[in-house]
Amino acid sequence: MANFYTDNPDLKHHLTHPMMQKIVALKERDYSDAAKFDYAPFNFDDAMDNYDKVLEIVGDICGNIIAGNAEGVDHEGPTVANGRVTYASGTQQNLEACRQAGLMGMAMPRRLGGLNFPITPYIMAADIVSRADTGFENLWGLQDCAETLYEFANEDQKQRYIPRVCKGETMSMDLTEPDAGSDLQSVMLKATQKEDGSWVLNGVKRFITNGDADIHLVLARSEEGTTDGRGLSMFVYDKRNGGVNVRRIENKMGIKGSPTCELVYKNAPAELVGDTRMGLIKYVMALMNGARLGIAAQSVGVSELAYREALQYAKERCQFGKPIIEFPAVAEMISVMKAKLDASRSLLYETSRYVDLYKAYEDIAKERALSADERKEMKQYKKLADALTPMAKGMGSEYCNQNAYDCIQVHGGSGFMKDYACERIYRDARITSIYEGTTQLQVVAAIRHVTTGTYMTLINGYNEVEVRPELQPLKDRLVAMTAKYQEAVADVTAANEPAYTDFMARRLVEMAGNIVMGYLLLLDAQRTESFKRSAAVYNKLADAEVAKHCEFISTTCPAQLDLYKA
Amino acid sequence: MSLNIIVLAKQVPDTRNVGKDAMKADGTINRAALPAIFNPEDLNALEQALRIKDANPGSTVTLLTMGLPRAAEIIREAMYRGADGGIVLTDRVLGGADTLATSYSLAQAVRKIGNYDIILGGRQAIDGDTAQVGPQIAEKLGLPQVTYAEEIVDLKDGKVTVRRRLENGVETVKAPLPCVVTVNGSAAECRPRNAQRVMKFKYAASPSERAKMTEEQQALYEKRPYLKLQEWGAAYVDADPEQIGLAGSPTKVKAVENVVFTAKESACIDGANDGQIEDLIKDLIVNHTIG
Repeated sequence: MANFYTDNPDLKHHLTHPMMQKIVALKERDYSDAAKFDYAPFNFDDAMDNYDKVLEIVGDICGNIIAGNAEGVDHEGPTVANGRVTYASGTQQNLEACRQAGLMGMAMPRRLGGLNFPITPYIMAADIVSRADTGFENLWGLQDCAETLYEFANEDQKQRYIPRVCKGETMSMDLTEPDAGSDLQSVMLKATQKEDGSWVLNGVKRFITNGDADIHLVLARSEEGTTDGRGLSMFVYDKRNGGVNVRRIENKMGIKGSPTCELVYKNAPAELVGDTRMGLIKYVMALMNGARLGIAAQSVGVSELAYREALQYAKERCQFGKPIIEFPAVAEMISVMKAKLDASRSLLYETSRYVDLYKAYEDIAKERALSADERKEMKQYKKLADALTPMAKGMGSEYCNQNAYDCIQVHGGSGFMKDYACERIYRDARITSIYEGTTQLQVVAAIRHVTTGTYMTLINGYNEVEVRPELQPLKDRLVAMTAKYQEAVADVTAANEPAYTDFMARRLVEMAGNIVMGYLLLLDAQRTESFKRSAAVYNKLADAEVAKHCEFISTTCPAQLDLYKA
Repeated sequence: MSLNIIVLAKQVPDTRNVGKDAMKADGTINRAALPAIFNPEDLNALEQALRIKDANPGSTVTLLTMGLPRAAEIIREAMYRGADGGIVLTDRVLGGADTLATSYSLAQAVRKIGNYDIILGGRQAIDGDTAQVGPQIAEKLGLPQVTYAEEIVDLKDGKVTVRRRLENGVETVKAPLPCVVTVNGSAAECRPRNAQRVMKFKYAASPSERAKMTEEQQALYEKRPYLKLQEWGAAYVDADPEQIGLAGSPTKVKAVENVVFTAKESACIDGANDGQIEDLIKDLIVNHTIG
C-alpha cells in the first residue's frame, strides 16, 4: 500500500516549519471555529495533526488509485461528443475518490463546506497529486478558482457556488482566446447586459483546461468599444444553465488526461463577479497568482516523480558488472536532480507560507479593521509572496523539465521507448514552463523585485540566521554569491536602458533564485540533517550558475544587443 | 427506510509483512509482533454496508469486532470511511478462541445489540483463512446466510438481493431480513477515508484508550457522545465461560510446518510425433499434476 505522503519525509519537514504556528493561529482565528464545527481544531497541535491526517489520505489515494491510473489515462484520454466532454475512465475514478475523501474545496472556509486549510498544506496536496498524475493535478487543482469567488464574489454567489465546489463539482478558468494568449488585454468574448440587468456571453475561448467544468470563471469584454484590459470583467457561468459547448478538444503532447477545450458561447447566461472593468486588472491577476503557485507545486511533484524513477532505475540497471548509479556520471545526475527537487520544493513552501500570511490578514480584514502593525505586516508578506511566486513557478518548472530530461538520460535507450514512465513524465513536464505564464513572463513579473531590492531583503534576512559550524562554509559561499549578484545588478541598472534590463532580466532573476534557494536549503539542513547533502550539492551548482551569469553580464554591453536582434 | 446494519470486522496481522516472531510457541499468532490492519474483505463488507446506508438515509452502520483492546483502531478506521460507531468485544477470557468460540462470542454480542436488520462481514480473515465465522454466527442466531457476496443488488420490502461470485460464474439470490451476508474480495473496494470525518472522529476512543488522552482531549471526549466507542466483556454479553476462549475451542494447533515439495520425477519423450505430447498431457491430467 503505497502512500505518497508518508513515504516522503521531506514533506513533513516543510509542513512543520516554525512559521506554521503563526499561519495556523491567523487562519483559525485563535481556534474559534472549534465550538461551531465538529471537525475544527481546538489548538495548534490539533490543527497540525489534522493536516497530517488529511495529507495521509491524499497520499493513500495518490499512491493506490491515481498513480496506478496514470498510464491508462495517458493512453485513453478524454473524448468529446455533442458538445460535452467525457473523462478517461481512470480520471473518473480519480475524481470520485477525491470527492469521497472530501478533498475538494480544501482551502475554503468551513461555513461554505470547506476544510479551512491554509494554502501550505493545500499546496502540499497538489505536490503529492502531481507526482501521482500530473494531468489530474490540473482538474483537482482548479478548485483554486473557488478562492477567487471567495475573495471577490458577493455573499449570495459564495453561498450558491462554493459549497458545490466543496462537494466535488469541478471548475475552469476561461481566459485564453485564439488572439489572446499571454496578452489577455486582447480578450474579445462579448458580455452583453440585458434590460433586466442580467448578462449573456457570446464568443469563443481556446485552450481552456477542463472546459466542460460545472462552474466556469470567464473573462469577457463588458465595455463595448474598449480594446484594453480596462474593458474586461469577470463572470461566473453555471453549466446547468447551458449556452456553452465544447467544439473540440486539443490533441496534446502531455497531460493528456486533462481536457483542453475550445468553447463556443451562444447567449450563455452568466453572473457578474465583483465590479465591471476589474476583471483582468484585479480578479484575474489574483486568480493567476494562485494558479502560478499551483503550477509551481505541480512542477515539484513532477520533479519528485522523475527523481524517483531515475533513482530506482539507476540502482537496478547493471552495466559493466555493477549498478549504473555507481558510475560518477550517473551518480552526479541523480544527486543534482535531488538537489534541484529539494531546492524548488523549499522555495515552493517558502512562497506558500507568505501567501498564507497575507491572505489570512486579507480575510481578517473582511471581519474587522486591521491594526497599523497588521496592515504593515500584510503588505510586507504580500510583497514577498509577489516576489517569490514567479520565481517558484519559473525556476521550479524549468527544474522539473531538466529533471524529466535527465530521467530519460539515466534510462538510456530504454527511456526513449514507451515502456517506462519517464517518457510520459517528459511529455507531461513540458507544459509547466509554458502555461499560467511562460518562464519568460515569470521573469517579467520577477525582475522588479531584483531592481527594487525585495530579493535582497529576503537574502539579508536569511543571512542573519546563525548556522552550525559544519554548515558555515556553505553560508560563506552564499555571501560571496550575493556580492556577485549585487555587482551584476548594479552593472545592469547603471546602463539605465530598459531594453538592456529586459535582456538581462532572466539572468538576474535566476541568480537571485539560486541564492534564495541556496539559503533555504541551508536553513533546511540546519533544521533537518537529511537536507545537508542537497544543501551542499545545490550550493556548488548555484555557485557555478551565479558565476556564469556574472561573467556573461560583465562581458556584455548594451551595444551588443544588436547581435540578438531578429 | 432506516436500517440498523452490523459489520463484523477483524483486526488482523498484515500477512504481507510476516517476520520470524510471527508465531508463538503454542502455535497461535503472536499479534504483538505484527503490524495490525483492517482485514481486507471486511473492508469490502463495510463498503456494501455504507452503500445500503447511502441508499437508506437514517440508517446506522455499527462495527463489531473481537480482539485486543487496540482493535478499536479499526472501528475508528471504519468511522473515517462512514460507519457510525462500534463495539470492541475484548476480554482476557476470550483469548485463544477458534472459529467455534469466536462465532459464539460474536453471536452473543449481536444478541446484546438486539436490534439489527442485516449483518455483513468479510468472507474470511487473512490470518486464519477459514471463512467459518460468518456462517457459524448465522447458524447460532438462526438466520439465513448468503456467502461469497459480490454486490448487494437491492434491499427492499424486507428482502435483500445479492449477487454471489462463485467458482464458475455468478448467482443472484434473495434472502429475507435479517440475515448474514459474507462479502468476497472481488466486491467493490472500500471508499477512502473522508477528510472531515477523520478530523471529526480522530478522538473517538474506547474507555481503555481514554486514559491515554490529554486533558483537553478528554474534555472534548466528554462533550461529544459520538466519540465514545463501546468496550464489552464476556460477562456483559452473557457468554457461557465453557464456550469461549481456549476452553470453548476444540481446535488445538499442534505445530505449524513449512512444507516444501521435494519429490522429482522425470519422463523423456523424443517428440517425434504430436500424439506423444497429447498422451503426456492426458497422463498429467489423470495424475492431477495439471488441470
